[in-house]
Amino acid sequence: MADDRLIIAGREFKSRLWVGTGKYKDFVETQKAIEVSGADVVTVAVRRVNITDRSKDNLLDYIDPKKYTILPNTAGCYTVEDAVRYSRLARAAGVSDLIKLEVLGDEKTLFPDTAGLIEAAKILIKEGFIVLPYTNDDPIVAKKLVDIGCPAVMPLAAPIGSGLGIRNPYNLKILMESVSVPVIVDAGVGTASDAALAMEYGADAVLMNTAIAGAQDPLAMAEAMKYAVWAGRLAYKAGRIPRKLYATASSPIEGML
Amino acid sequence: MDETVRIHVNGDAKACRRGATVADLLQDLDIKTERVAVELNLEILDRAMFAHRALNDGDRVEIMSFIGGGSC
Repeated sequence: MADDRLIIAGREFKSRLWVGTGKYKDFVETQKAIEVSGADVVTVAVRRVNITDRSKDNLLDYIDPKKYTILPNTAGCYTVEDAVRYSRLARAAGVSDLIKLEVLGDEKTLFPDTAGLIEAAKILIKEGFIVLPYTNDDPIVAKKLVDIGCPAVMPLAAPIGSGLGIRNPYNLKILMESVSVPVIVDAGVGTASDAALAMEYGADAVLMNTAIAGAQDPLAMAEAMKYAVWAGRLAYKAGRIPRKLYATASSPIEGML
Repeated sequence: MDETVRIHVNGDAKACRRGATVADLLQDLDIKTERVAVELNLEILDRAMFAHRALNDGDRVEIMSFIGGGSC
């Protein structure tokens, strides 16, 4: 798999599994899980620094920005204005123009507000950001995002943190065939088979957080996800057999008694 | 003249020495400049400006950094 690199906006990524850094027990567990997963892209959120208790460690003391691509997100933003503001803050705090853009529609589903997403993406792209948009499994919206200059799209498999797996495989498949940029399936993966399936459908990468951090043994699940993404990718490249209703014997009839 | 300026930092009231800059404030709070973004009255500051922007009464300072997060 060493030569099977993912390239987005001229940047090369070794791993097709991307991981979030939320919901872990502590930074040590976060660090270990990421290491075991083999991911080289990690998402982070932008929040106020705790100024009253400075004893708390910084996440970036545990995740070396030289080793990993830090992908800040606009998690928690429900308006175009907030998403743009957080993106600018992320760029000011970090080292790159990468942003995982989220404009959320409502608190119950955390589904993306795709109209707001397109509007925010336009503003940020004009400012030189490399916008990776968290979007719905809607092929038309994905095409619009690509048309305005997003170098990849990140459709959901299911609601964030739901663990429901791919709820609409046919839409996702149409989406993948509709756009010429990498597709990173983001959100909703529950277990290894979900990740493998996303890759088998032709996803270029999978991003997850809760499926690993929320597992009973996060480190074991991180490893499972690494192999699932590998297996799914290899199967996709290998090309599966067509589905048929009736049996086809694998053993020759010739030479039977 | 009052020797202090009253500002808000991340939503909390704080008093600073008159003439203190954003860089002085960060040092006072023991915050490393290379990992934060600072917004002064909704304007995001370049790091190079931290030492040149003095704080004034009523200023609202937001000091932001990266924390663990996936989506939401």
